[in-house]
Amino acid sequence: MSATVNGAVKETGPIPAVAAPVRPSAGPWRQAATRILRNRSALAAGAGLLLIALVCLLAPVYAGSIAHTDPFVSNISGTTVVGGQEVPVLQQSTEGLGLGVTPIGPTGDPAHYLLGADNQGRDVMARLLYGGRNSLLIGISSALLCCALATVLGVLAGYFGGWIDAVLSRFFDVIWAFPVYLLAICLSVVLLTSGLHLGPVHIDAGSLALPIVIIALIYVPYVARPLRGQVMALRGKEFLQAAVGLGASDARIMRREVLPNVLPTVVVFLPLMTALNMLTESALSFLSVGVQSPDASWGTIINDGLALLYTRPMITIAAGLFVALTAVALNVFGDGVRDALDPNARLRGGA
Amino acid sequence: MAGYILRRLGAAVLVLFAISVLVFLIFFATPGVDPAARIAGKNADPATLEQVRASFGFDRPLPVQYLMMMKHLFVSHDLTSFVNRGTLVIPQIMDAIPVTLSLVVGAAVIWMVLGVAMGTLAGAMRGTLVDPLVMLLGVFGVSLPVYWLGEVVNLITQKELHDSVFSWVPPLGYVPFSQSPGQWALHLLLPWLTLALLYAGIYARLLRGELIQALNEDYVRTARAKGLSERRILLRHALRCSLIPIVSLFGLDFGALVGGAALLTEVVFGLPGVGKLTYQALQNLDLPVIMGAVLYAAFFVVLANAVVDVLYARLDPRVRRA
Repeated sequence: MSATVNGAVKETGPIPAVAAPVRPSAGPWRQAATRILRNRSALAAGAGLLLIALVCLLAPVYAGSIAHTDPFVSNISGTTVVGGQEVPVLQQSTEGLGLGVTPIGPTGDPAHYLLGADNQGRDVMARLLYGGRNSLLIGISSALLCCALATVLGVLAGYFGGWIDAVLSRFFDVIWAFPVYLLAICLSVVLLTSGLHLGPVHIDAGSLALPIVIIALIYVPYVARPLRGQVMALRGKEFLQAAVGLGASDARIMRREVLPNVLPTVVVFLPLMTALNMLTESALSFLSVGVQSPDASWGTIINDGLALLYTRPMITIAAGLFVALTAVALNVFGDGVRDALDPNARLRGGA
Repeated sequence: MAGYILRRLGAAVLVLFAISVLVFLIFFATPGVDPAARIAGKNADPATLEQVRASFGFDRPLPVQYLMMMKHLFVSHDLTSFVNRGTLVIPQIMDAIPVTLSLVVGAAVIWMVLGVAMGTLAGAMRGTLVDPLVMLLGVFGVSLPVYWLGEVVNLITQKELHDSVFSWVPPLGYVPFSQSPGQWALHLLLPWLTLALLYAGIYARLLRGELIQALNEDYVRTARAKGLSERRILLRHALRCSLIPIVSLFGLDFGALVGGAALLTEVVFGLPGVGKLTYQALQNLDLPVIMGAVLYAAFFVVLANAVVDVLYARLDPRVRRA
């Protein structure tokens, strides 16, 4: 706008029509990335995670080229070499009546049962690495599935309101009120005996997809409820009304206007849900309703070690340490992501 | 207040109904195997299958089946296990409930006291050594598998150091309170501490955050301007408001504990509670026991949540109008 004062034209708008190009300020994602890179504990945790994942991915290399064992075949009458001498993997018990056998303990030799054997003579270290692949796979994929489902449901409930919101919210309430482990146990017990057959979807009883789907489902309300609240708060905002005024469809508004606004919260949830889901998987496997044999996970190995806790504690301790270290790293990294993206996020409770 | 209580209990009844329907559908209507075969357990003979079909009415429509199941569970209490033939399920659960409650209530008391004390301390002494310590404990609280921690505690107290420092620790197991209160507490002490340590960390961390936020509020500045002592401001003004979210979280966690972490802790410490019962039933796929234990535990959780909400409404009048 310009106004004529005393014959002179005074500019009041943005003055420099041609000036040095101003660098656009970094977007929110880039800013968050910079903040994470400056957060030393989050970086250390991220590096630790990568290391654990890498080591687990290299499980076949360890089993094949270093330990020369098959961690999924029992080796009850086999022998191994300790200090140059050949000894049986399962030794005759010396305590009590001398009945039963005790697996070999940690040898400290990576080529021959580094952490000892379990009660079927299988190499514990190799099993830990293979088990880690399953634990991580289940943790990460169920977190992704859970967050994706929760985003869809949370955005739908928050955007449309009305009866859609009423139905979805009651659904969240019921699952929320149901103790998660009990719900998971119910689903697992039924599905693990027969597998899932829903229309075109067929999942076999022993498949890893079952724990992934079950764990993802039970935690949907944890993520969906806070997202629904955020979307409801967005509904009255002017930019949404502008989009409505431009004639955008509901689908387009949800995809282009609502989703980018809740996405940071979803990303904040991802590492924390991965940790939670991995812990849930290990607990379910410990209760024998998670990963099924012959597959292994850190939880099943802790369960295997339970009977040998006092004679060969290393099985339990090592598997638990893997779970604990991974979960700590995920949580520390997740805290870093939250501080960078959405410092005020209310992650527990949320309602 | 009376209106709020009625509304809250009404909602709880609705949720209970929904949960029972959900469990019913999971066990009886999931496509796949014949539910009679599931309930009768592995390798059941045709006569048993026929008996199961008759007693659960599998030839009748679903709503009738639902009512028959509820009748077995809550009216006639005659749900029987088919794996351990003839064992009545409900009395088994009733016997196990006091054990679970002993574990959870004791742990809850310890963790609330510890958590509030540590959180307040960390909030008051920001920037000192207490602070990172509480943060660390909080991370451990959400990261360590509780059953694994229990096993490590067992390993140390029952085996490694049992001959020296921990000679006073009794063998794993449970002694009823009515039999000997001292032994009851002694047997439960380590399970209590194991559970409480993790939750205390989570709560301390949460409370610290709330306190720091509260200490920046206007009402705290007003209190300072009035010349109140810093201790009074912290304990009477800031802490009081900061405790409100803690109480509501407590309701959720207490419930989740009965059906979750306590289940695992019972298995590890050999406490014959509902969790141990469920665990044993899972080992031999004893479905009636699992069904009964899940429903009873879920019902208890929902009721506990309702009670906490009512208490919460007493603490914070704003909630009653929500």
